Amino acid sequence: MTEHETLPMAKALNAGMRAAMERDEKVLMMGEDIGTLGGVFRITEHLKRDFGPNRVFDTPLAESGIIGTAIGLAMRGYRPVCEIQFDGFVYPGFDQITSQLAKFHARTQGDVSLPLVIRIPYGGHVGAIEHHMESPETYFAHTPGIRVVSPSTPNDAYWMIQQAIESDDPVVFLEPKSRYWPKGEVNLDEPSAPMVETRIARAGEHVTLIGFGAQTTMNLQAAQLAEDEGVSVEVLDLRSVSPIDWDPIFDSVRRTGRAVIAQEAPGNVSVGSELAATIAERCFYSLEAPVLRVSAYDVPFPPARLEKQYLPDVDRVLDAIDRTLDY
Amino acid sequence: MTVAREFASVLSPEGKLEPTEAFEPFADRLKQANDELWGTAFRQMKLVRAFDREGTNLQRQGQLALYVQLEGQEAAQIGSGLATRPQDTVFPSYREHGVGLVRGLDLVKILALLRGVTNSGWNPEEENNFRNYTLVIASQTLHATGYAMGQTLDGKVGTGNADEDEATIVYFGDGSTSQGDLNEALVFAKSYNTPEVFFLQNNHWAISVPVSVQSPVPLYRRADGFGIPSVQIDGNDVMAAWAVTGQFMDDARAGKGPSFIEALTYRMGAHTTSDDPTKYRTRDEEQHWRERDPIDRLEKYLRAQGTTDAFFSDIETEAADYASDIRRRTLALPNPEPLQMFNHAYAEPNQEIERQQMAFFDFEASLEEDA
Ligand SMILES: Cc1ncc(C[n+]2csc(CCOP(=O)(O)OP(=O)(O)O)c2C)c(N)n1
Repeated sequence: MTEHETLPMAKALNAGMRAAMERDEKVLMMGEDIGTLGGVFRITEHLKRDFGPNRVFDTPLAESGIIGTAIGLAMRGYRPVCEIQFDGFVYPGFDQITSQLAKFHARTQGDVSLPLVIRIPYGGHVGAIEHHMESPETYFAHTPGIRVVSPSTPNDAYWMIQQAIESDDPVVFLEPKSRYWPKGEVNLDEPSAPMVETRIARAGEHVTLIGFGAQTTMNLQAAQLAEDEGVSVEVLDLRSVSPIDWDPIFDSVRRTGRAVIAQEAPGNVSVGSELAATIAERCFYSLEAPVLRVSAYDVPFPPARLEKQYLPDVDRVLDAIDRTLDY
Repeated sequence: MTVAREFASVLSPEGKLEPTEAFEPFADRLKQANDELWGTAFRQMKLVRAFDREGTNLQRQGQLALYVQLEGQEAAQIGSGLATRPQDTVFPSYREHGVGLVRGLDLVKILALLRGVTNSGWNPEEENNFRNYTLVIASQTLHATGYAMGQTLDGKVGTGNADEDEATIVYFGDGSTSQGDLNEALVFAKSYNTPEVFFLQNNHWAISVPVSVQSPVPLYRRADGFGIPSVQIDGNDVMAAWAVTGQFMDDARAGKGPSFIEALTYRMGAHTTSDDPTKYRTRDEEQHWRERDPIDRLEKYLRAQGTTDAFFSDIETEAADYASDIRRRTLALPNPEPLQMFNHAYAEPNQEIERQQMAFFDFEASLEEDA
C-alpha cells in the first residue's frame, strides 16, 4: 500500500529535506535564522534539533558569504542547501552564483562539481513589503551552468527538493511562497517525475496554457472557468525553468495550435519571452494564432495594495485565452 | 617610503639575521629550519623568477593572452608555501605561481590558462590541494572559508595528530581587502573558528591604485576588528614568511582558529602585461624595493654561511633550462577541441545542451562539405 499524506508545501519541503538528510550525511542546511527558529517560513523547522548544529546552522547575515562558503563546502564534498530568506535578498549573492557557482564545472572541465541548492521563497500574492515578493528566475535562467526549478504542488515540492539535493549541478530552487500553506496530497512512496520534466497539469484541446510555480494554480483556475464557457485548456507546468523540457510543450502546441504563457515576473526578456520565441520557431506551421504572454508589468514590484493589478490574475489569463481563440 | 611600521622580519636586506621585536614570538620556529631548507627556498625562488620572465617574454611574443607577473613577491609566496603541509589546502588568487611551484604544480598549467587553452588548467585533487586560480577579486576567500568549515566538520582539526590535522591558506592582494567578499569571509571564519590563514600580499598597488586609497590604516589591523589575530611581516623576507605562516598554520590545525598575515612586499613588474606602471609610479620607489630584493638577500645570507659558488651556478643553469622547457611545452599546447565547450556546462545530462551541441556539429560539418 502506498503511503499518502495531505500536507501543505511548507511541510512537504521539510519532509523532503529531512529524507535527503537521512539518506546522505553530507547534506547540510545553512542560512539566516534556519536553525533554532526553523527559518522565517519554518521550512527547516526541527531539522537542527534532529540533525544537530553541524548539519543545520545559522549563518551571519551575509548572502555572498552564504553562497561563497557553501561553494567551499561543496568543494570539500558536502551538499549544502542554502536558504535565502526572501527573493529580493539574493542579489548580494548574485556574483557568487553567476560568476563562481554556475561556472566552476565548465571552467574545470568537470573536475569540480558543486552540488549546491539555493532555496528561495519567491513571488507575490502574499501582501508583503518591498523586496519580499519578487520573481528573480530570469537572472538565473539566463546563466548557463545552473538549473532553475520551481514546484507548484506539495507532492512536487517533496520530491523535487530531494532531486535538487541529489543533483550534481547547482540548483536554484524557487519556492512559491503563496503556495506554502494550501494542502495537497503527497505520495511518500512513489517519486514524482524527474524535476527536469514539464508536467501536464490538466489535459485540454483548444489552447495550451503554460506557467510554473504559483502561476500554475491560477492557470488551473482559469482553465476550470474556461471549461464552463466550453473552452478546453491544456495546462502545462514547467517545473524546470532552466533548462526547459521542450518536447511536451511542442507536442501540446502542435495539437492545440494555440499557446498562452502566464508568469508572475515582468515580461521584458523573461522566461515567457523565451517560451514565446521558441514556440514560434518550432511550431510555426501548427500555430493558429500568435503566442500570447501574460506577465507582470515592466515596473518594480509595486506596493502590495497594487499587486492584484500588477500580477497576472485569472481575468487577464482568461482574456488572453479569448484573444488567442479570436484569430 | 611608507614601510615605517614595525613588522616581523628576521633576514635583513644585507642578508644578516636581525630579528625585529615583532618577530620575537616566532623566533623559536627558526630552530626547526636549517640551511638545507633555505637552499630549497632559494632554488624555488630562482625557478619561479625564471618562469616569470619567460612568461612575460611569451606574452610579448604573442603566445599568451596575458601574463601576471610576480617578480618581487617570491619570498612571501615561497616562504608561506613551504610552511604548508601536504594535507593542507591552498586557495590562490591569480598571482601565486610561487606557491603553485612549492605545491608541485607543473607551471605550464598556469600558462595554459593564460594562453586561453583552458579556463582553469588543473584538477586540485591531483595537484596537492592547490585549488584553481580565481579572477574575480576576493571570491576565493569565501570558498576557502567554506572549505575550512568543511575541514572542521570532517573532524580534521585539533585531533593532535600532526600528520592528519588540516588547515587552509588563502591568498589575496591589498586591493581585494576592499571587497565585501573578504569581509564576509573574515566574519564567517571567526564565527565558525575555521582552521585558516588569510595571507595578504600587500604589493602596494591594485593595478594603478595605491594602497593608501584602499586603507588609511595598515591593513593587518583590520583583522583586529573581526577578532582575528594578525601580524604584519616583511614580505621580502623568506624566513619571516616561513616562520610566521608556519606558526599560524600550526595554530589553525590545532583548532585555534583563523589568523591574518599582511606581507609587505612589492610587485616589481607590471600588474599584468597589459599594464604600464610608468604612468603611475616612480623610479625612486622601484629602486627602493629593488634594494630589498628577496632573492638577493637570501643569496647574501647563504654565501655568508659558506655556500659554494657551484651551488649558485648549478641553480642558475637549472633555472635557465627550466624556463626553456616551459617555453617549449607552452608552444606545444594544443588548442582545445571546440565541441568540448558543451561537455561540462552541466554535471548531469541536459537535453537542450546536447541538441545545441549536435546543431553545432552539423553546422561545422556542413561548412566542411561546402569547402
Ligand atoms: C571584482 C573584481 N573587480 C575588478 C577586477 C579587475 N582587477 C583585476 S586585478 C585588480 C587589482 C587587484 O589588486 P590587488 O587585490 O592588490 O591584487 P594584486 O593584483 O596587486 O596582487 C583589479 C581591479 C577583478 N578582477 N575583480
